[in-house]
Amino acid sequence: MPMEVERTETDEARVEAPLPEVPWVTVVHNDPVNLMSYVTYVFQSYFGYPKDKATKLMRDVHEKGRATVSQGSREEMERDVQAMHGYGLWATLQQER
Amino acid sequence: MAGRFEKSGDGAAAVALDGAEISILRSLAVQLLELIGPGEGPADGDDPLAALFAEGPSEPPSDPALARLFPDAYGEPGAPPDEETRRLSAEFRRFTETELRTAKRENLLLMVGGLDAAARDAAETEGDALLTLEADASRRWLGALNDMRLALGSRLGLSDDESSDRLFDTPQDDPGRPLVIAYSWLGLLQESLIETLAP
Repeated sequence: MPMEVERTETDEARVEAPLPEVPWVTVVHNDPVNLMSYVTYVFQSYFGYPKDKATKLMRDVHEKGRATVSQGSREEMERDVQAMHGYGLWATLQQER
Repeated sequence: MAGRFEKSGDGAAAVALDGAEISILRSLAVQLLELIGPGEGPADGDDPLAALFAEGPSEPPSDPALARLFPDAYGEPGAPPDEETRRLSAEFRRFTETELRTAKRENLLLMVGGLDAAARDAAETEGDALLTLEADASRRWLGALNDMRLALGSRLGLSDDESSDRLFDTPQDDPGRPLVIAYSWLGLLQESLIETLAP
């Protein structure tokens, strides 16, 4: 029994990750409510980014409508997206193209 | 309503609030608490482990304010999700939404507790209450204020930066005007709190 269960999980993992070399990213989207200073604050305090980088990412969100704020494994990006939702930022994760 | 947070010593923030301000903040916080819903904690006799492993919802909330507070984790804004995207968002939601709701509720409850203590002080001194937040409480108030603004913004129909700019043209006699004033004031309060957290 345990052998079978393990094999099933491995097969599924292989099917679900067709492009393992392509990293996942967390994208933050613009919204009309979040203050620019708050978005910068979140990027500084959660990701530990320096003020300059956090401010540039905030400007991208505000002016271009979106910014890629982090990159890594799918699990890491799900963690980041959950944290962004905790702060009230509108974030999604996707595989980088 | 001129209440603004200012730095108060060691990483703390302080704001003077009068009775009306306290009651507006409290009422908005309680409304959002009611919207987010009661705790998912185990009822008497329930296995606490069962609650720990209980799965959350898989569908986005139907209320627009809640849908903004708990957005889909997959998919493009504005584009209808395909079946796979919906499946991924549903799975993410099942494992995160309960925890997110709990965290947001706890921030709001901390705020209500702080406001109640401030209201008692104000009643004793018959003046403004001085509300002081330590660093951790400041961060949680910041989250709560942001969630309250997100919910109000949704109620006010703010969908893009232009609708946000137009908000300030709301006529004096518009029935939605008090909500607009509350929304603007929360923004000032939040902005001043962020300034106290800057290194």
